[in-house]
Amino acid sequence: MKETLNARRLLCPLPVIRTQDKVKQLQSGDELEVICTDPGVLQDIPAWCRINGHKVLETRSGEQEYIIVLEVC
Amino acid sequence: MNQPRKAIALISGGLDSMLAAKTVMEQGVHVEGINFFTGFCVEGHTHAIREKDKTKPKRNNALWVAEQLGIKLHIVDVIEEYKKVLLNPKHGYGANMNPCLDCKIFMVGKAKQWIAENGFDFIITGEVIGQRPMSQRKSTMPIVAKQSGADDLLLRPLCAKNLQPTLPELEGWVDREKLHDITGRSRKPQMAMAERFGINEYAQPAGGCCFLTDKNYSAKLVDLWQARNSREYELDDIMLLKVGRHIRPKPHFKLIVAREEGEGRFLEGYKREFVSLKCSSHSGPLVLVDGDPSAKDLYLAASITARYGQSRNAETVDMAINFKDGSERTIQVKPLADADFVQDWMI
Ligand code: SF4
Repeated sequence: MKETLNARRLLCPLPVIRTQDKVKQLQSGDELEVICTDPGVLQDIPAWCRINGHKVLETRSGEQEYIIVLEVC
Repeated sequence: MNQPRKAIALISGGLDSMLAAKTVMEQGVHVEGINFFTGFCVEGHTHAIREKDKTKPKRNNALWVAEQLGIKLHIVDVIEEYKKVLLNPKHGYGANMNPCLDCKIFMVGKAKQWIAENGFDFIITGEVIGQRPMSQRKSTMPIVAKQSGADDLLLRPLCAKNLQPTLPELEGWVDREKLHDITGRSRKPQMAMAERFGINEYAQPAGGCCFLTDKNYSAKLVDLWQARNSREYELDDIMLLKVGRHIRPKPHFKLIVAREEGEGRFLEGYKREFVSLKCSSHSGPLVLVDGDPSAKDLYLAASITARYGQSRNAETVDMAINFKDGSERTIQVKPLADADFVQDWMI
């Protein structure tokens, strides 16, 4: 299953908190795409994934948006 | 073999909570971290809104500490619940709008709830007797333990030997002898301990852990409450207080002037919720107008806005006014003269 989380306009750590809360509802193997506008997420969401044992599959930086795709482990 | 005991450590991102967690981890206890987001936390990223800070690392210190310690971190959004702590602190405020003692009681209380829900045994904080004038005194230590409901499940590994033994010590989950007896404001014992643990990089937040200890921020918060005649606030309100110059020429409206590009980009996101101003004949900052300005007020707001950016010395400037419904109007204004700008307008 692939889910998307809209974390636009939120400043860190809120995108991390929303990611954390969303991941709790997902199953191992599910993918979550988080769309953010705070560039800080490029640092924080991967750090949160490392700590909690999830896998970052992809990070993309657009003009104003930063997208992180992770796999729930 | 016995299952190891489990403790939750309040992780602020600073050195003391890191050392407290490490001290207990060294004794074979399973430790995880918890961090509370009140909305007032000083975050690298909030500063990162400003361009000038872009060279600094933009990490979240609590996450970084957890990673250094190799523990999980649970970040909890307490924005709503924290309102009652800030608005009615039983023990009052510190030097600014910081209700530190009530805040500690609240956070330890939340941790107590968390351990009950998650099957953990006790709580760790990095408190040190005498470290902070308001919330970390010998007399306040039992107040935090009692009023939070944590009682003897609250262990302060850095100063435990100066306090009554707690349940984890009495039950032998941790060895009291291996805990510490730090007191006072000197940072030397902590620095020596950090060296012993091989921790050579840690955050030293100069302004404490939250904006409520900041004089200017507190003044803006009080101004907001006075102007609205209500102490209600939403997350956007308190975030906007962290950004830009705040100028209140009349009680019923204020200007939020972006100080540079990063802030301008951040304020752009609020253009649907506020009337905004931007000079169209010269380069200048984006300005939000918070409140209920009349047409005359908007003229004053525009002439103040024209004082910033390249229009400062112009004879007249074109100022675009964007309304919340997306409509736009351009007016011509003179930048407000120095003699007419009242310094007390600056919040
Ligand atoms: S500085 Fe802020 S977060 Fe820290 S104890 Fe005081 S009120 Fe709470």
